[in-house]
Amino acid sequence: MRYFPLGDTAVVVEFDTIIGSSSHEKVRLLSLYLDQHPFAGMIEYIPAFTTVTVFYDPFVLRYAEARAELKRAVSQAAHIVVEQKARTVEIPVCYGGKFGPDLEDVASHNGLTVEEVVHIHSGGEYLVYMIGFAPGFPYLGGMSERIAAPRRSSPRLSIPAGTVGIAGMQTGVYPIETPGGWQLIGRTPVPLFRPDMNPPTLLMAGDMIRFRPITQDEYENWEGDVVCVSE
Amino acid sequence: MCIRVKKPGLLTTVQDTGRFGFQKYGVLASGAMDTMALRLANLLEGNEEQAAALEITLLGPQLVFEKATLVALAGGNLSPAVDGVPIPLWRPVYIPAGSMLTFGGAVSGCRTYLAVAGGICVPDVMESRSTYLRAGIGGFHGRALQAGDVLKTGEVACLMKAPSDEVSVLSWGVSHEIRPAYEENPVLRVVRGPEFESFAEESRQKFWHESFRVTPQSDRMGYRLADVSLALAEPLEMVSSAVSFGTIQVPPEGNPIVLLADRQTAGGYPRIAQIISVDLPLIAQVKPGEHVRFEEVSLEEAQALYVKREYDIAQFKQGLALQVR
Repeated sequence: MRYFPLGDTAVVVEFDTIIGSSSHEKVRLLSLYLDQHPFAGMIEYIPAFTTVTVFYDPFVLRYAEARAELKRAVSQAAHIVVEQKARTVEIPVCYGGKFGPDLEDVASHNGLTVEEVVHIHSGGEYLVYMIGFAPGFPYLGGMSERIAAPRRSSPRLSIPAGTVGIAGMQTGVYPIETPGGWQLIGRTPVPLFRPDMNPPTLLMAGDMIRFRPITQDEYENWEGDVVCVSE
Repeated sequence: MCIRVKKPGLLTTVQDTGRFGFQKYGVLASGAMDTMALRLANLLEGNEEQAAALEITLLGPQLVFEKATLVALAGGNLSPAVDGVPIPLWRPVYIPAGSMLTFGGAVSGCRTYLAVAGGICVPDVMESRSTYLRAGIGGFHGRALQAGDVLKTGEVACLMKAPSDEVSVLSWGVSHEIRPAYEENPVLRVVRGPEFESFAEESRQKFWHESFRVTPQSDRMGYRLADVSLALAEPLEMVSSAVSFGTIQVPPEGNPIVLLADRQTAGGYPRIAQIISVDLPLIAQVKPGEHVRFEEVSLEEAQALYVKREYDIAQFKQGLALQVR
């Protein structure tokens, strides 16, 4: 574990330098602790795979004090007992067709049929390691390497919100329209970014997610944004 | 009180000091590129310093003010004029009803902030009025201003009485000592980034001694720098982690990117350095084609400068309170 500054307004705690479930758990506990016990001068924090970066106001406290506050929070967070089990969020996805124009490429790249790719992708359970890059964009762990596929050689200028993609060993869902180089395999009708709600995102670090295949008809007639959440 | 947009200019958006507390959900901070100019322009109007104002980029808009009001401009000098009469920056200006504010060429800098007594009135989205362009939220309907838009301004507690029905510049303003020390091709002070030591010795030397050109591929998200290529001593396995306003990251091709107001919340490129807070207004006013150089300061010095700046602003606020009373 290591502490270091990020510029003159932030202090970082790094639990590890490689991604793993133990550092993920520490990031999650510290996040929960900081939500409930922000220290004086703290502005906000950004959790990532193995780090938590806390932004503070140097007018209120300097780096050495901010680091001491963060150290204290880290030691307190270690004692948190989380009784609630991680949520499992089920995300409906219409695979292939106009929603997943690269599904066939992903299949042929791996010597699989389209049905096999869908089966493998929707059969997995994925851990949301962190949210970042775009509002509600989940960095997921747990995708099978059997469906891994390289990024597209030239990125698309615009990918619609809700699109599910694969890049290397990663999979994820674009919450808002954005340019991107991922292989697109499907789309969900469920909004991941909900600016009118608090929190404004469907997914949070620590959630488990599953993808459930739906037909184009189900996609087009999807009502509300009910998502099956199981314990 | 309403402002009618006759012409929108190149990129005119509603911004405040930023959207904080939601970066943990991946929601960008947004906010003014030059928050000092925005804060000072607001203070001149008697507004809260974090009130919403217009951020005007390079080619200014044409705005018609329905009622008499006070405005203040700060930041880059884009040649503002009211009904053809040039007006100064850094001072409150009383303008009569029906006035039209226009802009000419960019004399210095590239962004100017227009604060209006009462602030620009748009709904709060996640505790901020800043426009987050890519997600289409905040500000005025989540987008840049367009011709025909009508902006409302907030209630004014006590608008100084109208001296006449002509444009008039009030007697107080922001002194040079408090304004950011803008200059063309600035030297920007930085502290070392978390991955500084991972860069090759030669690249570290280049970083301190060479001049970087700001390319046209630069926007509110980040400025791309060219002419100097930086390399790591050896390949580095980086795990995505937080970045902030002023982070200088270096992608594998070697040209640094300075992250600005619309930066993403986390990134996976090595961070060679971080522009110190008090110098962020300087980079915000750099135009594509200009050059920048970097100079190292200690973290302690950076924070001392920050504290001094905040004291200066606090003192300025007190002075204003006496002035207005």
